[in-house]
Amino acid sequence: MKKIQNDFSHINGWGIDADPLDVPNYPMKKRTENDNKGMTWERPAQQAQLVEILHSNERPTLSAVFGTPHPPTGLSGKMRRWAFGFSESHVMHWLGLLLADRVQIMEGIADDLKSGHVPNLFEEHGGKAELKHNAAGFAGKVICTAAIVGLAVALLRRR
Amino acid sequence: MNYRGPYRVRADRNMPMPRIEHSGDAIVRVTRSCICGSDLHLYHGMVPDTRIGTTFGHEFIGVVEEVGADVTNLKVGDNVLVPFNIACGKCVFCEQQLFGNCHESNSEATAVGGIFGYSHTAGGFDGGQAEYVRVPYADVGPLVIPENMDHDDAVLLTDVVPTGYQAAEMAGIKPGDTVVVFGAGPIGIMAAKCAWLFGAGRVIVIDHLEYRLEFVKNYAQCEAYNFRSLEDPVLFIKKTTDWMGADVCIDAVGCEAAGSAFHTITGRKMMLQSGSAIALHWAINAVKKGGIVSIVGVYGPTGNIIPIGNVVNKGLTLRANQASVKRLLPKLIEHVQAGRIDPKAIVTHRVPLEEVADAYHIFSAKLDNCIKTILIPPSARK
Repeated sequence: MKKIQNDFSHINGWGIDADPLDVPNYPMKKRTENDNKGMTWERPAQQAQLVEILHSNERPTLSAVFGTPHPPTGLSGKMRRWAFGFSESHVMHWLGLLLADRVQIMEGIADDLKSGHVPNLFEEHGGKAELKHNAAGFAGKVICTAAIVGLAVALLRRR
Repeated sequence: MNYRGPYRVRADRNMPMPRIEHSGDAIVRVTRSCICGSDLHLYHGMVPDTRIGTTFGHEFIGVVEEVGADVTNLKVGDNVLVPFNIACGKCVFCEQQLFGNCHESNSEATAVGGIFGYSHTAGGFDGGQAEYVRVPYADVGPLVIPENMDHDDAVLLTDVVPTGYQAAEMAGIKPGDTVVVFGAGPIGIMAAKCAWLFGAGRVIVIDHLEYRLEFVKNYAQCEAYNFRSLEDPVLFIKKTTDWMGADVCIDAVGCEAAGSAFHTITGRKMMLQSGSAIALHWAINAVKKGGIVSIVGVYGPTGNIIPIGNVVNKGLTLRANQASVKRLLPKLIEHVQAGRIDPKAIVTHRVPLEEVADAYHIFSAKLDNCIKTILIPPSARK
């Protein structure tokens, strides 16, 4: 067994937050008089709801504040509304949201094109950094992709 | 920044300007923001309800530009550091200083409080990897940066330092304890550093990236080992602790841990579980009977395959939470000002916000010996 050292003078602050009398010394639950009263606290003022906000069915209302960017829209929005019909304990809630995320990728590309913006996939994937810091890896990926595409084209032509 | 899908982000000059939406809001002009290891879970598409167009970023500081009618603690022009937790300060959880578990900041999920720029599962708020950001409950979370504090230190006090410190705190370290930290990313580095403050007798860090192991060995004055050269990290820890196991294990990795083909395929590739939980698996098996496992690595909301039977049979205590930043800040500011913790030493990259796509790729692919990246918006570079 490697021996534990005895001299910690080289470590600035060693043991400064240790309190052998405070056992266990990790933060324990601080009980208050409001612990068993449910949602009875004086709630902060409610933010006005101006866009659709989906809320967990494990709470009765919206939280007092919430984020408003990117309300649900399109097919992905329908999927999100469906997913929020399940509780957070149900796998369909999370799988539904993950699937909606994937669908929205395509919606995002369509929205870009509709607004006249052609996404620069090379830059968005950090291609410039890959070229600068991992040129060999980048070349390998290009060769690998070219080989797969070439093989696929060759197979299709043989048919 | 603008998220466009897994592994795709871009700088976007056409993002809408945030506005006051609640009388307790403030608008902050961001002067620095960081990319966090947990941002990579969003970037990799692993967090459900990460909507296209979202701006990430829960580690940021800035200057108050505008305040809502009910904000009294801040004024326009204040330099503030903003904890990553959005907390009301009034609910029963905030009352207990569980500021990471606020019940009035996230409509979308009850399992987590609101977090800036961390998907709609964490409240749907845009984050600080931007020029401006809306900060709800501005009287509660934000803290005016002390005048003599370096702003790189300040931005790291919004998450990295408190999370690393709370990992050590939750571990219940007693003087002389052997502490094993899984993960040599920014949080693991900080957890190892903070373990000494609680009187650890021995600190061991396990990872597989040599440049990070080399860094943590020097920064946290600890032992550091590459699990790829150990054959079996659990067996190694047993052997080096006289076959007993560590007193305390800290999981500072979370759902994208390397080290197990089974977990990688089922968790990260097929998403049949909430990512790869091999670091937690090792932590449970490497800690001694009656020991404590502290978890600050981020996992998804569904489930993971971990040896829960061993938790029962060994009588372990598992402790976990999002860091309660506001609770810890006074103590941590004191530690930073006394030189016991030097947060800015972990910063390896300072990148213009406009190059956010490259910055994410460098951090995600572990290129250029990257440990911690700070993004600087154009207005902060003038």
